[in-house]
Amino acid sequence: MIPTAFDYVRARSVDEALAALTEHGEDAKLLAGGHSLLPIMKLRLAIPTVLIDIGGIPDLSYVRVEGDEVAVGAGTRLFEIERDEVVRAEVPLLSHVAGRVGDPQVRHRATLGGTVAHSDPASDVPTGLLALGGDVVVQGPAGRRSIPVTACWTGFFETDVAADEMVVEVRVPRTGSSGWGYEKFTRRENDWAIVAAAAVEGRVALANMAGTVVRAAATEEALARGASIAEAAALADQGTSPSSDMHADADYRRHLARLLTRRALETAAAA
Amino acid sequence: MQVSITVNGEQRTDEVEPRLLLAHYLREVRGLRATNIGCDSTSCGACTVIVDGLSVKSCTVLTAQADGAQVTTLEGLTGADGELHPVQAAFRAEHGLQCGFCTPGMVMAAIGVLADNPDPTDREVREGLEGNLCRCTGYHNIVRAVLTAAQAGPAAGQVPQAQEVEA
Repeated sequence: MIPTAFDYVRARSVDEALAALTEHGEDAKLLAGGHSLLPIMKLRLAIPTVLIDIGGIPDLSYVRVEGDEVAVGAGTRLFEIERDEVVRAEVPLLSHVAGRVGDPQVRHRATLGGTVAHSDPASDVPTGLLALGGDVVVQGPAGRRSIPVTACWTGFFETDVAADEMVVEVRVPRTGSSGWGYEKFTRRENDWAIVAAAAVEGRVALANMAGTVVRAAATEEALARGASIAEAAALADQGTSPSSDMHADADYRRHLARLLTRRALETAAAA
Repeated sequence: MQVSITVNGEQRTDEVEPRLLLAHYLREVRGLRATNIGCDSTSCGACTVIVDGLSVKSCTVLTAQADGAQVTTLEGLTGADGELHPVQAAFRAEHGLQCGFCTPGMVMAAIGVLADNPDPTDREVREGLEGNLCRCTGYHNIVRAVLTAAQAGPAAGQVPQAQEVEA
């Protein structure tokens, strides 16, 4: 499968990338690792006429502790996040979900910014980030702004990132030794989640239970009231709108959300 | 557009379309046909090559993205004297193939696994090769071959060219 023809622009800095985005408008797409974009271009589900390659911008790849947060550059590859000693110690859930994406070859290419900007509701990293909290930092012609992760993913493949902005960083709170859990249900190990649940510090996020990754609000409220894990997890699918497809029907997804939430909370509590 | 890519130690400059996939560049422009294209959708791993020290699926990388990179394909593993790479030798010794279609990708991915973890367990090999499918389901001997290759020491996780394999 071969994508439609496009012009290729190599950006050497964030400023160059933003200038190219402004010049080419909505016909342009940013290319980082390309492991979400190129597959949909090969299927011709996306037909950009300009690709702006930001994969070679050196200062977008880093992990830094800054106060109560860990800041990770958008260009950091998922295998680097999976292995990074700082991430493993300060935000172990983030390291884990980065390591659950695809397979080693995919994680060698795929970037943090790419998985955030793609906004696939079945995606591991956004699910982990939504449970962790924190902000997605974007940069545009007017400068930088922070989008809380709770407001970042607005719809199926849609985000709050504007057409002339790019994701430059993700900031997550340091959870350190707090217990966490991540339960992903798949048919094969390197598949997308049929449903997944992430839990840390009383917050729970679900993959593939709506058009975006979502928080299990009723479960979180029940936990805050002092409900048991079993009672709270039984509410995990409230307010969700899972779809039916060849992998699972909606009722089965609801069952999985409750079950995986219970297991994730139990794992978190056992730490 | 012009790209300059070093494949198996040989640098060349070529004029390519921006949409040319690395897998097609290797096969059709460079004439290196060991790299197979299986699923063409980042699932099967048959097109795995090493780019700048990392195993990648070349059906999902643009040639343009590899501009300036060091690439190693299966053809680049065998020494000038015809001596097999330790992973190739182990696949032969353990009969780590049936039809052979997935083998080039399996070998390149296995080098990545051994670069990352020179002394893996059976389970670690299976997890490391999770991105490579064998439609003959010949996994037992493939895993055995990777474990045998590990006994050859660090060379099993390296490629002959100057590039250092990280994972």
